[in-house]
Amino acid sequence: MTRFLIRRIILGLVTLWVIITLVFILYYARPGVDPARELAGRAVTPALLANINKAYGFNLPVYVQYWNYLKRLVPIPGQFNLGISNNNHLPVTTIIAQAVPIDISLAVGSAVIWMVLGISVGVLAARRPRSLWDRGATVFVLTGVSMPTFILGLLLLYVLYYLLTIHGIAIFPKPGSYTPITTNPLEWAHDLILPWITLALITAATYSRLTRSSLLEVLGEDYIRTARAKGLSERRVVYRHALRSSLTPIVTQFGIDLATVLGGAIITESIFGLPGLGLAVVQAIEVQNLPVVIGIVLVASFFVVAANIVVDALYAVLDPRVRVS
Amino acid sequence: MSLSTVDAAATAVPPEEPAVKGIEGRTPLQLVVQRLRTDRVAIISVVVIVLIIALAIGAPLIAAITGHGPTDTNVDNGTDANGQPLPPGSAGYLLGTDNLGRDILVRIAYGARVSLIVGVVATAIATIVGVVVGLFAGYYGGWLDSILARIMDVVLSFPYVLFAIVLVSVFGSSLPLTILVIAFFSFAAIGRIVRGQALSQREKEYVEAAHSLGAGNMRIMFVDILPNLVAPVIVLATLLIPTAIIFEATLSFLGLGIALPTPSWGNMLSDAEGVGFQAWWFYIFPMIFLLLTTLAFNLLGDAVRDALDPRTERIFAARRKKKPA
Amino acid sequence: MPDTAVDGDVLLNADEIVKHFPIKEGIFFKHQVGSVKAVDGVSLKVRRGETLGLVGETGCGKSTLARCITRLFPLTSGHLTFDGADLSKLSRSQMRPYRRGMQMIFQDPYGSLNSRRRVGSIIGDPLAIHNIASGDERKKRVQGLMEVVGLNPEHYNRFPAEFSGGQRQRIGVARALALHPKLIVCDEPVSALDVSIQAQIINLLEDLQGEFGLTYVFIAHDLAVVQHVSDRVAVMYLGKIVEVADVKDLYSTPRHPYTNALLSASVVADPDKARVRDRIILTGDVPSPINPPSGCRFHTRCPKAQAICSTEEPLLQTAAGDPAGHMTACHFPVAEGEKLASGKATILHAVEGFLAEAPS
Repeated sequence: MTRFLIRRIILGLVTLWVIITLVFILYYARPGVDPARELAGRAVTPALLANINKAYGFNLPVYVQYWNYLKRLVPIPGQFNLGISNNNHLPVTTIIAQAVPIDISLAVGSAVIWMVLGISVGVLAARRPRSLWDRGATVFVLTGVSMPTFILGLLLLYVLYYLLTIHGIAIFPKPGSYTPITTNPLEWAHDLILPWITLALITAATYSRLTRSSLLEVLGEDYIRTARAKGLSERRVVYRHALRSSLTPIVTQFGIDLATVLGGAIITESIFGLPGLGLAVVQAIEVQNLPVVIGIVLVASFFVVAANIVVDALYAVLDPRVRVS
Repeated sequence: MSLSTVDAAATAVPPEEPAVKGIEGRTPLQLVVQRLRTDRVAIISVVVIVLIIALAIGAPLIAAITGHGPTDTNVDNGTDANGQPLPPGSAGYLLGTDNLGRDILVRIAYGARVSLIVGVVATAIATIVGVVVGLFAGYYGGWLDSILARIMDVVLSFPYVLFAIVLVSVFGSSLPLTILVIAFFSFAAIGRIVRGQALSQREKEYVEAAHSLGAGNMRIMFVDILPNLVAPVIVLATLLIPTAIIFEATLSFLGLGIALPTPSWGNMLSDAEGVGFQAWWFYIFPMIFLLLTTLAFNLLGDAVRDALDPRTERIFAARRKKKPA
Repeated sequence: MPDTAVDGDVLLNADEIVKHFPIKEGIFFKHQVGSVKAVDGVSLKVRRGETLGLVGETGCGKSTLARCITRLFPLTSGHLTFDGADLSKLSRSQMRPYRRGMQMIFQDPYGSLNSRRRVGSIIGDPLAIHNIASGDERKKRVQGLMEVVGLNPEHYNRFPAEFSGGQRQRIGVARALALHPKLIVCDEPVSALDVSIQAQIINLLEDLQGEFGLTYVFIAHDLAVVQHVSDRVAVMYLGKIVEVADVKDLYSTPRHPYTNALLSASVVADPDKARVRDRIILTGDVPSPINPPSGCRFHTRCPKAQAICSTEEPLLQTAAGDPAGHMTACHFPVAEGEKLASGKATILHAVEGFLAEAPS
C-alpha cells in the first residue's frame, strides 16, 4: 500500500513537472518567442526592452531561466513565488486566493446535485433494466453526454433568466452576480443556482451511466443471488449489498470531477460571469498575462494530480484487489 | 477414460458434425450490420448523420442557390431598413441573418464542414495513435510498456481544457492545430483501453500458437491480436467523434478554435453571445445542429456497442475522457 | 537411454534444460528477488518415429518443458539439439526456419484458435508465414489438410465458434500438420475434451503418425491415455524427470516411489481389483518450485526417504545390468513386488480405525 502510494505520488510529481516545463517552453523558450517584447506592449523602445530583460532575466541563458523558474515554483516558504500580475500588479497568489472560494462554492453545490441526481437515475435504471424508467434514464444520459456545457448554460440563461425577466418574473439573478457565503448564504445560493444546475446536469449523466452499468454487474454476481435466496427484501439487497460495492468506480470518478471544477470551470464561469479561476485564466490568456496564466495552470494541475492520487489510494482501500497489481 | 472403447471406426466419421448443410457462416461484420438494421434508433442516427454530411458537402451548393457566401455581409438586403438582422423565414433567408447580415443557413452548412472534419480527422488520428501505442505497450510489456503507460497516465491527468486553451493562445487558432490538440488529448483514452486488452490477449493460447508457427511480433500484433480488439476500438472511436466535435465547438465558443470569419457552430454561438438574447435565432440554429450531431453519433456509438457485443459495456463504463465543464 | 541407440535415431536431444522464471519486485526499478524453477535440469532424448509420453501432476513443469523444447521460451541454460541443429541459443527470428520441423498442438481448443479468423486462414497461417503457398494453391492445400483430419473442406470459411470442441482440436491438428513437421509436441491435447471425443482425437493422432511418419511428445496427466499412446514414458516431478522407461516396464514395474504413488492413484475400471490393491497416499502438498527441497525433491513426501535423500541429489540412471534402459532418479528404487506404505489408503480404513479406537 505504501509502495503503491509512493508510486502514485512520484507519478503525480512527474506530471506536474511535465506541465510546468511545457508551459515554460511554450511561453519563454519556444523558438521565435520574445517575452520581453510581449510584455512591453505597443510603445516599444530599446531602452524599455533592455529594462524588462534585466528585470525579468530574459537575457540569461535558457537553462538558467528554467532553473530560476523551477526554483520559485517549489513550495518552500520564502522561496515560493508565483510572480506579479502584469495587469494590476497584484501578486498572483492573491489573485488565486480571491478566485478559489468561488470555485469551491461552485464545486460543492453542483457536486451535491450531480451525485444525488446521477446516482438515483442510475439506480432507477438498473433496478428495472429495459423498462420505461431505463429508457428514460438512457435518454437523460445520452442528452447529457451529447450536450456541450456552453449550450446548456446559454439555454438556461435564455429561458430562466432572459425570458422570465423580460416577462417581469425576475427569479434568477443576472450573470455576473456573486455574493460570498459569509455575506449572505441565501443570496450566495441564489446567485449560484444556475451555474450549479448547468454543471450538475452535464456531469450527472456520466454518473447515471456509471451507476447503472456498475450496479447491473454487481446484481449479476453470485453473492447477490445468495442474498436473495436467503430471503432478504429486494430493497435491502439493492441498497445494502449491491449499491455499496458498485459505488467504487463512482467514488473515483467523483474525485477527478471535483478537482476539475475546483481548478476552474472555464465554460460555466465564462457564461455566468463568475470571477473564479476559469474566468481569470481566460481573461489572462486574452491579454497574455503570463504570470497569472502559469499560476492558474499550476494550481489547476495540482488539483487534478492530487485528486488522481487520492482517488487511486481510495480505490485501493475500497477494492483490495487493486493493491496487488 | 476407459480406452477399451477406442476403436478405429470412430475416427472415420466424426459424429459431432452438425447436420446443417449449405449454410454459410456469417462474418461478425454481417452480424453487426444485421443487428443494427433492426435497431430503429441506430437507423435514425445514421439518417441524421448522413443528412448532416450532405449539408456539409452541399454547403457551396446552398451558397450558390441562395446567392450568399458564408462570410458575405448584407447582400440582398441581409438587414432590414433599420439595419436590424432578419428573423427566420424572411425572403431569401430561410433561417434569418445575423447582426452583420450574413445568411445563417449558409453559415450553418459551412459550420457542419468544420465540425465533421474536426470530429472525424481528430478521431482518426487519435484512434490510430492510440491503437498503435496501446498495442505496443500491451504486447511487448517490460520497459516499453512502463514508458508508454506512464506517458498515457500523464496525458490523462492533464487539465486538458486549460492546456488546450494555452496551446491555442500561443500558436494562434487554426483548424489543423485544433485537430492536433484534440487528437493529442484523446489518444491516451483509447491507448489505455487497447493496452489493457492487448495485455490480456497476449496471454491467450492463440498467440502462443502463432508464435510456434513462426509468426513475427508484427504479424502477431496486427494480424492476430488486432482483429480481437476491433469491437472496442470501433465503439470508442464512434463515441470519440461527438467528444471531439464538442471540444472544437467549445474552443471556438471561447474564441480559441476556428478563427473568424470562417463559420463554425461554436464561433457562431460566440458571436451570438456578444449580441445578446434579443435575436433568439442567432442561438437556436447552431445549438440544434450541434446537439443533433453529437446526439446522433452518441446514439450510433451505443447501438454499435450493443450490436458488437453487449458484454463490452463494462469496458466503456470505466473512466472516460469527458468534455470541458 | 541405452548406449546401444544409434545417434541417428535421436530426433530431439535435450541436455540439462533449465528454465527459471524470475520474480521481480520494486517500485520503479525492478530487481530480481527469486525465481520459479519450473524446469530444473532435464535431459531427454526423443527418437525418430516414437511417441514419448510425459506425465506428472499439474504444476510439475510439463508444459514449460514442452515450450522449452519447441523454443517458445528462451532457455535459462542447457542444450537443445533438433535433427542435428543446435537450437539452444537461437533468437526468435533465427528459430523461424526450424519451426517448420516442429509443431505444437495445444490444450485449449477454444483459446488456441483465434476466434476472429476463419478456419481456412487459421490452418493456412503456417503456409502464409513461411511463404509456402498463397491464393488458390493455399486454399487447395488447406482443404486437403481439413480432409485429412476429418473436417468438411466446405467449412473453409467458417469461424472457430461454429465448431465443437473436438472439431476445433482437429483444426489445431491440421494447422500443426500444414508444414509437414517431423516432431509434434502435444500439450495435453485431449484434457479439455469430453471423454467420448478424446478417443477420436487420439485415434486421429495415431493414424497421422503412421501416415506421415511423425514423432510425438505427448503430454498428459491422464495415465491411461499416456499408456495407450506412448512407446516410452517420462515421469516429471517438480521440474525434474524422475523416471523414464518403455511404457510396459514403467506401468508394470515402476521403480521410483513417486511413479508408484502416481500409478496407485489412478482409477481402476474393475471394482474388485480396486478394492484389493494398495493405494499409496502421499502426505503434504507439492513443495513450491520457488524454493524446492534439497537433495531428492521428492524426499519431503517419500515413504522411503532416508538421510541421504535430503542431502544428495540422485542421478537419473539405468540400474546395473538392465538391458531395457529403465532409468530412475532414486537412491532407493522400489524393487519388484515391494509394497510401499499402505493401509491408510481409503476413507473406509480411516473410519474403521476411528471406530476401533472409540470407546464402546
